[in-house]
Formats: sequence, structure tokens, C-alpha cells
Amino acid sequence: MKNAIRISCNRSNLKVVRDFVSTYLAAYSLSDLHLNQIVLAVDEVVANLIIHANGEDESQHLNLHLSVKDHVFGIEIEDDSKSSYAPSSYREPDLQEHIRTGKKGGVGMTLVNRIMDRVEFTTSGSRNVCRLYKKIS
Amino acid sequence: MKITQQSTDNTLTLALDGELDASSSVLLDTELTKPDVLKYQKVLIDCQKLNYISSAGLGVFISHLQQFQDAGVKLVFFNMQEKVHNVFEILGLDALMTIVPSAVEASAI
Repeated sequence: MKNAIRISCNRSNLKVVRDFVSTYLAAYSLSDLHLNQIVLAVDEVVANLIIHANGEDESQHLNLHLSVKDHVFGIEIEDDSKSSYAPSSYREPDLQEHIRTGKKGGVGMTLVNRIMDRVEFTTSGSRNVCRLYKKIS
Repeated sequence: MKITQQSTDNTLTLALDGELDASSSVLLDTELTKPDVLKYQKVLIDCQKLNYISSAGLGVFISHLQQFQDAGVKLVFFNMQEKVHNVFEILGLDALMTIVPSAVEASAI
């Protein structure tokens, strides 16, 4: 089973990533709903990295690595953009306010945080790594 | 993402077919931004063939909702798959938007 992929920072690769995660998890017989949640969380982080961290610069790449260990799904997403996400900057969104002001973005990380059991962002030198974990048994 | 439009005098129905992500949601945003949309009393979103939605897709609806309400246009979702409805639920958007089971209920609103 293929458990690693490298993609360029183009939005069209979001579909490639979703298919990659779905195919990998097919062996674990998750419900449609559960599988969709995990795929969504990955999609949200990858979209942020492609669009915000890397400015859709196709010369930049993300490396994704999947694993399942002790009934826990894990994904590692690595890039070397200069702007790394700071989890401490996260604020719970006020959806009524988003509606009132017509705000388009700002709820992706909320989905990630509510779906996944553990969300980590680390930076070491020029290498940023996001790790997401979710129990799947 | 394929969007099929159907309209009557007071209702515009958009049938969404495919996956609504940060790439494809631009197309939906373009459709909902057209000034003609605000002429209708109701905009119905047929989600039967909508297989996936991310925050970018949700953001398109969130960003237009107030403008619709100000113009007296009702935005109603119907035929939504459970996994797509679940994404609305995770954020609590199911309580802020009108989601009904089928076209019959959507027409009755």
C-alpha cells in the first residue's frame, strides 16, 4: 500500500491528496462519515499549506506520509515554506459574525481541531511538519 | 464540480455535482455573485450529487448568506448526503442555514 506522496503547491492537487488518503484507508473499513472526516481534515491542512504558506507556488512541494499504528491513523505533512502556522494564533470562529461580515475563510482549522484527536505543528530549521492523529478502531 | 441551473419566476435551483473544495468553490462563488441571483425569492441548492465539501465550499455559502437575507432571498439546501451534512454539523452551520430533506420540503418553504 502506497503510504507516501509528494505534490506541488497547486490547488488541483487537493483532489490527488484526498484520493491518496481514501485509497490508503480503504483497507480499514471505516464508515463513510468517519472516512470523510479524516479526508476533510487532511484536505484543510494541505489547502492552507498550498494557498497560504506557499502562495500556490508550483515550484514548492509538500511531502505526505501516512501510517496506522495501534489503531491510530497518522499523517505527516512536510514543507519548507518560510511562513509556518502558529497554533497559538488559533481563535474559535464566531460564525454569526462571519455571516454578518460575509467572511469566506477562517473555519478550516476549526474543522481540523474538532475532527482530529491530536494536531501538531513543528518547525526545525527550514522544515515545517504538521502531524495529525485520529483513532480509527 | 458541475453546476446545473434551473429557474422559475421566483426560484433558482442550483444542482451541484462533484466535490466542492478550495479549487472548485471558485466556480460556485462566481455563480452566487451574479446580481441576477438576488432577483429570486428562493435559491435552492440540490446537494444530491455533492459528494464532498470543505471549508472553502462552506465559506462561499457563509459569505453570501447575509446578502441573500438582506435582499429577502431564502437559501435552502436539500437532498444532502449524510457525510456532507455532518460537515455542516461539526461547525454548527446546520443551525444557521436552512437544510431540508427533499425537493418537496424545499419548495414548500
